[in-house]
Amino acid sequence: MSHLDHPTTETFDANARAALTDMQLRGALRNATSLFGKRRLEASQSLDNWEELRSQARAIKDETLLHLDRYLEEFTANAERAGAQVHWARDAAEANGIVCGLARERSAHLVVKSKSMATEEIHLNAALEAEGIVAIETDLGEYIVQLAGETPSHIIAPAIHKTKGQIAALFTDKLGIAPTEDVAMLTSTARRVLRAKFAAADIGVSGVNFGVAETGTILILENEGNIRLTTSLPKTHIAVMGIEKVVPRFADLEVFLKLLPRSGTGQHLTAYQSLITGTKRHADDEGPDELHLILLDNGRSRMLGHAITRQSLACIRCGACLNACPVYQQIGGHAYGSVYPGPIGAVITPQLFGMAKAAQLPYASSLCGACREVCPVKIDIPELLLHLRAEITEGAEQSRQEAGGSRQGEAAIKRRRLERIAFKLWAAVMIRPWLYERSGRLFRVLQRFVVRGGKIGKVEGLLARVAPPLAAWTTARDLRPIERRTFREQWRDKPVD
Amino acid sequence: MTTVLNRQSEIGNRQSTMRVGLFVTCIVDQMWSAIGTSTVEVLRRAGCTVEFDERQTCCGQPAFNTGYRSEARRVAERFIELCEDSKAEAIVSPSGSCTAMVHHYIALFPDDEQWRRRARSVAARTFELSWFLVRVLKIDDVGARFSGRVTWHDACHGLRDLNVHSEPRRLIRRVREAEFVEVENADACCGFGGTFSVKYPEISAAILDQKIEAIERSRVDAVVAGDASCLMQIGGRLSRIGSKVQVMHLAELLAAT
Repeated sequence: MSHLDHPTTETFDANARAALTDMQLRGALRNATSLFGKRRLEASQSLDNWEELRSQARAIKDETLLHLDRYLEEFTANAERAGAQVHWARDAAEANGIVCGLARERSAHLVVKSKSMATEEIHLNAALEAEGIVAIETDLGEYIVQLAGETPSHIIAPAIHKTKGQIAALFTDKLGIAPTEDVAMLTSTARRVLRAKFAAADIGVSGVNFGVAETGTILILENEGNIRLTTSLPKTHIAVMGIEKVVPRFADLEVFLKLLPRSGTGQHLTAYQSLITGTKRHADDEGPDELHLILLDNGRSRMLGHAITRQSLACIRCGACLNACPVYQQIGGHAYGSVYPGPIGAVITPQLFGMAKAAQLPYASSLCGACREVCPVKIDIPELLLHLRAEITEGAEQSRQEAGGSRQGEAAIKRRRLERIAFKLWAAVMIRPWLYERSGRLFRVLQRFVVRGGKIGKVEGLLARVAPPLAAWTTARDLRPIERRTFREQWRDKPVD
Repeated sequence: MTTVLNRQSEIGNRQSTMRVGLFVTCIVDQMWSAIGTSTVEVLRRAGCTVEFDERQTCCGQPAFNTGYRSEARRVAERFIELCEDSKAEAIVSPSGSCTAMVHHYIALFPDDEQWRRRARSVAARTFELSWFLVRVLKIDDVGARFSGRVTWHDACHGLRDLNVHSEPRRLIRRVREAEFVEVENADACCGFGGTFSVKYPEISAAILDQKIEAIERSRVDAVVAGDASCLMQIGGRLSRIGSKVQVMHLAELLAAT
């Protein structure tokens, strides 16, 4: 991952600039996001009630989130009745503590994992590693990313940033196979290596797509069969589930099963859907002896308080907004410095992990609305971004304390202070038409320094330091100068027919 | 929403002369006045009487989109007041983005029912130009002539906030001697995004370059859009790379004879 070794949310701007110079990354992103986007569109058009389904899904989520406490209790009671053990984790440390504790008690050495954003979010692999327990990712994309020592760059396609050639080189290097770009050969190599891990693993760790309150069932979707193996071969299955994953009724799954695969991969249905209700009933049934469900809060309940932020919890992690986002399409997931990249990442990262570190992310959007258009649960992401931007500007002093005086933090605060002054001035001008007109005339005089041949070209040097936005604009684009005669001046001369 | 639609059909049924207040936008006023004069020309040709309140400045969008709500509110209140002063039946703007901002005004007054009501009633009679011509006046031919191959760029807020999609295309198809072609991903963002374009200029330019590539591939003479800001973004890059493709606002195209 070269220059993006440890991207953090604080350095989003630098991460993004670095990503833009990586032409392999941009080629891979362009191919993958446009393919996913095309497939999603076709799959959504295969149903004639797509819009209705979106509204239904959102209504189910809204209802659940309004009574989340009740549905979680119902889910817990029913899951326990079916033989599962339910654990509640306030934050990442608690969740990791529970998993590590369970692993220690069982003297586990090897854990197989299926793809799970919740375990990425809490950095479970690192926690297990610190206990001397090996955790192996078994989803092909996650496995590739793990082999490369990287993090996923997409919610459903963890290795979207990699080309076939890069993966081939990685397999040759790490797994010792002869160089090949034959996809079948590469996947069968992964399968061979991973099968041995499944057989030897003490514990299987998975995520959860949906938890059904009325039955205590969890549903996990996948295409590779690795989740089936993760959740059935080892004696112990641990599932980590964000508290927002619960739905009230079993019948609700029908709506989400139509929306999620179509939005995520453009499939009508994933190859596997695992519905797991508690542990096995009879000794000779297949499946693990014990099932532990970890309900993870980690900042989620904070979002419940406000109607605008609450909708963040309706997300079903399909990744459609990433593929549709013009920003994500250019820079990919790593630049966001968060396990949740793209538009939905830009709204949930600051809410989950704190605004002070992630204050750049809500601004990393042109507010084009493509994310809202594709979201299967109709999350108004632009509205959320605007809400968070307002929170950032209003809470400048508070975030200063949170930032703890880091250099980046200080620079950001200084920039924001200047910006606030600029907007106060701007408002003072805009509510006074005469001042607006005078200001326009002033700029018209000042621009003589930079207008050449009817346009403003690249602004550099001292002028760039005086007017950073002008320099930023003109790096790649020319700028139209202010008109010699504004519209209102022309109107005054000749107002009527 | 129903009130907006009712209002529109109510106005639409009155085919006679209509009093229209022009909401020219600050960008057009200061930086692209031809869009303003063209809008006046087109509206007059469509049988409207055009009024322009010189007290108008900006709709408040830059502050709203950057997170400065109280500053946006101050500016929005002035805009609402002067719209209320206007006797015009409709307020028309050559900008999807600024029109959409007026439609978003209620978000600025979460706890003030009085202002929300006022904002809603101003929004109900504020229209984007192409929507106004096609949906309200039921006109898709304004007698324009332009010889050349043209395409339409869907500006995001017009497209996704106001649902403007078929209206400009219908208008362009009726322009004499103009050949209309769809450009690949016409509905993809140009990368402008207001302050985004100067906060993250490199990302903005990377997004823009994809748009430029698609435009260049389509071999058009002109890119037409409904927002001066997108046109400044696209046009600024075309100018920098020395392209022969010109950018035009829909109003300019429709005013051409």
